[in-house]
Amino acid sequence: MTTAPTAVQPVPRGGMARLVGRRLVDWLPAAVVLVGVTALWEALTRAFHVQDFLLPKPSAIASTFWSTRSELWSAGWFTFQEALGGFVLGCGFAILVAIVLARWRALGSAFMPYAIAANAIPIIAFAPITNTWFSPLDKSSKISIVAVLCFFPVLVNTLRGLTSVNPRAIELMESYAAGQVQIFRRVRIPAALPFIFTGLKVATVLAMIGAVVGEYFGGALNALGVQILTRARVADFREAWAGIVLACLLGIALYLAVSVVERLTLRWVPSTSE
Amino acid sequence: MSVVEIKEVTKRFGETTALQGIGLDIEEREFVSLIGPSGCGKSTLLRIIGDLIQPTSGSAFVNGKPARQARIDRDYGIVFQDAVLYDWRTVAKNIALPLELARWDRRRRTAKVKEMLDLVELEGFESHHPWQLSGGMQQRVSIARALSFDPPLLLMDEPFGALDEMTRERLNMELLRIWEASGSTVVFVTHSISEAVFLSTRVVVMSPRPGRISDVIPIGLPQPRTALTREEPRFFEFVTQVREALHLGHEADRAAEAPA
Repeated sequence: MTTAPTAVQPVPRGGMARLVGRRLVDWLPAAVVLVGVTALWEALTRAFHVQDFLLPKPSAIASTFWSTRSELWSAGWFTFQEALGGFVLGCGFAILVAIVLARWRALGSAFMPYAIAANAIPIIAFAPITNTWFSPLDKSSKISIVAVLCFFPVLVNTLRGLTSVNPRAIELMESYAAGQVQIFRRVRIPAALPFIFTGLKVATVLAMIGAVVGEYFGGALNALGVQILTRARVADFREAWAGIVLACLLGIALYLAVSVVERLTLRWVPSTSE
Repeated sequence: MSVVEIKEVTKRFGETTALQGIGLDIEEREFVSLIGPSGCGKSTLLRIIGDLIQPTSGSAFVNGKPARQARIDRDYGIVFQDAVLYDWRTVAKNIALPLELARWDRRRRTAKVKEMLDLVELEGFESHHPWQLSGGMQQRVSIARALSFDPPLLLMDEPFGALDEMTRERLNMELLRIWEASGSTVVFVTHSISEAVFLSTRVVVMSPRPGRISDVIPIGLPQPRTALTREEPRFFEFVTQVREALHLGHEADRAAEAPA
């Protein structure tokens, strides 16, 4: 029997557009919505003379963003470092703990109920406490709350990925006389990668929230959360909104960065390479 | 020396006796099918030979060694009903996996993978990913992987059970060709009477509750088997013989249940 290799579609490979997963034309509907909503916002705030303390005009926010860009950027970078530090620390630790819990199942069944329960706790409520553990001016206080925030979703997802491997895939490795380390390295961890990335993407969003909200409870003057808070208190609503926009952009940037790494890593998954 | 030797093997899962006092010897170059209804313990027996589960009592030997040692020495390759290919590995890397674990160097691995791709007629597919292949092609990769490290024994657990009849018959022919070429011994679990007769040198008929061997039928059809083998009167005689043995086992089972 002969089958021509051409009978099967080749692995799709592509440039930058592939990294974000879609062709530009696929982004068109979303872009139309963005432009539409912004235009509507602008039109309504102008038409009804909405006051800045309720909702500033997008054009006003944009021009404030531009004129204060250097202060904004330095505050944003400060807070982004906290978010990123906490993200790396929390996610890294979560993946290690998940591997330990997957390897020794008894530990897993003892700790998992609490991990799942902890996932439902509004951990951000502990931010004032971490502010007293470390100095509120110190990045460590925000890094620690971000790390705790990121820890649980990544732990729960990674553990699910590591333990929901097809039992035949494990039996097969045992038939090759593979040890536990090899089974983890060659089967459990690759099989868990899609789950891990799901957890990481949830964590990127939490990381920015944790850092900014953590700063609302006290932080360095040059921190984005502190800036937003003080601007709003002194009725500089446009500047507060510019800060919020930057926080959003940084959160989205972190999310996209993880998505790009995901696509580069999971080229073998049909849905990410197509 | 027997390739597989099973002595008085009993396996219980809690209250259920999956296998009761099984004894079976399989010689080198044999192709032995285990056939029987669901719950007769045929897959359990295959897993005991592979040391993937342990018998409650009795013992299994492969190549004269305890099953555990044989597994550690990589004396057998196994193929399951679903191909169980690792999605993140290409076809070539799936086939090379057991070789990596056995610490073959890259050059030997590459040469062997090429040889195996030729054997299962999948030249040109080495850099494809499993999801790009049809079910039959995936199962051929799985067979190539099981044979890549030249194990003397090939264990197959309903390998073609999920495939359509056409693909199944074609893969039956291919399997016989591979069996001839590789010189290995095969233990093959199946539900299909005609498949068992067509492939095997011996068919082991099993019956359930408790799982036991009810008959062993040598298949005296000439080798090599061809597409014409399926049309010979002798083929149908063996099919009938296996079917009757299966029904006898089933009736004995019903009779045992009836009085209560």
